[in-house]
Amino acid sequence: MAEMAGQFIDALPHCKALGMALVDIGDGTAEITMPYDTALIGDPETGVIHGGVVSTLMDTCCGAAVMSHPGGAVGTATLDLRIDYMRSATPGQALRAHAECYHVTRTVAFVRAWASDDDPDNHVAKASGAFTVERPGRRA
Amino acid sequence: MSRRPRARPEPVQVVKQRRDAALAALVSGVPYIQFLGISFERRGDELTANLAFDEKLIGNPMLPALHGGVTAAFLEVTAIIELGWSLIWDEVEAGAGALPATMRLPKTIDFTVDYLRSGLPRDAYARARLNRSGRRYASVHVEAWQDNRARIFAQATGHFLMPARDE
Repeated sequence: MAEMAGQFIDALPHCKALGMALVDIGDGTAEITMPYDTALIGDPETGVIHGGVVSTLMDTCCGAAVMSHPGGAVGTATLDLRIDYMRSATPGQALRAHAECYHVTRTVAFVRAWASDDDPDNHVAKASGAFTVERPGRRA
Repeated sequence: MSRRPRARPEPVQVVKQRRDAALAALVSGVPYIQFLGISFERRGDELTANLAFDEKLIGNPMLPALHGGVTAAFLEVTAIIELGWSLIWDEVEAGAGALPATMRLPKTIDFTVDYLRSGLPRDAYARARLNRSGRRYASVHVEAWQDNRARIFAQATGHFLMPARDE
């Protein structure tokens, strides 16, 4: 399972470019980390990484949670995603996202996620979104 | 009726150079914009963002399609630069010689992305519209398209906290 999880991220070029690592997945939840990188800075004055990076991490984590849900999706795509940025991520610290797919219908998965840095109780951002559920033998 | 003689307009090249230098200063300071390969085209005050396709932007290699996060980031970058640009425009037009050494950018409060179709493995373009831009908060809408301007592949609305002005 761990090996498959590692391959999951490696197979996604943009996630690989950001250095993401899947640390946990199963039963509709997923957890992904990614290191701090100066190439991803969005605010040159403070060194805080760009909100788009946080969005990408959350989106990936939500997608992984959908895939791991027993609902049986063989593929998924984001329909909509809302991110609330509660505070700036601390420069120099890795990011960690946790997502849970809390409801799945035949066609749609509902997911929420949180991101944090080294202070796990003080979230950097929160996300909620709807994802497609693709099933075998049916074109998206 | 006699008209007051108008001030002689600045040569067009001087105006263009000043605007382009201001835009370049705004964009080039942000490493993540270079990382994604986003550039901006300007016509008067209108900006169009351009995301040059690269393999590293792919999320799903099976389709293949742009990563949804890349699409969200592209829209967010476009919104922030549009806002930042609107904040310095008057100063640039006044010919205020040197630009501020550091241009503080607005901070995202929330951002909601609506994915309409998958992002194809080619260049993408985006334009932002300021729904409302106040002293402290702003609301911005962004649309992105690829081959056809009328076929938007993603849109977003976000709220932003404006940078504090030192007066």
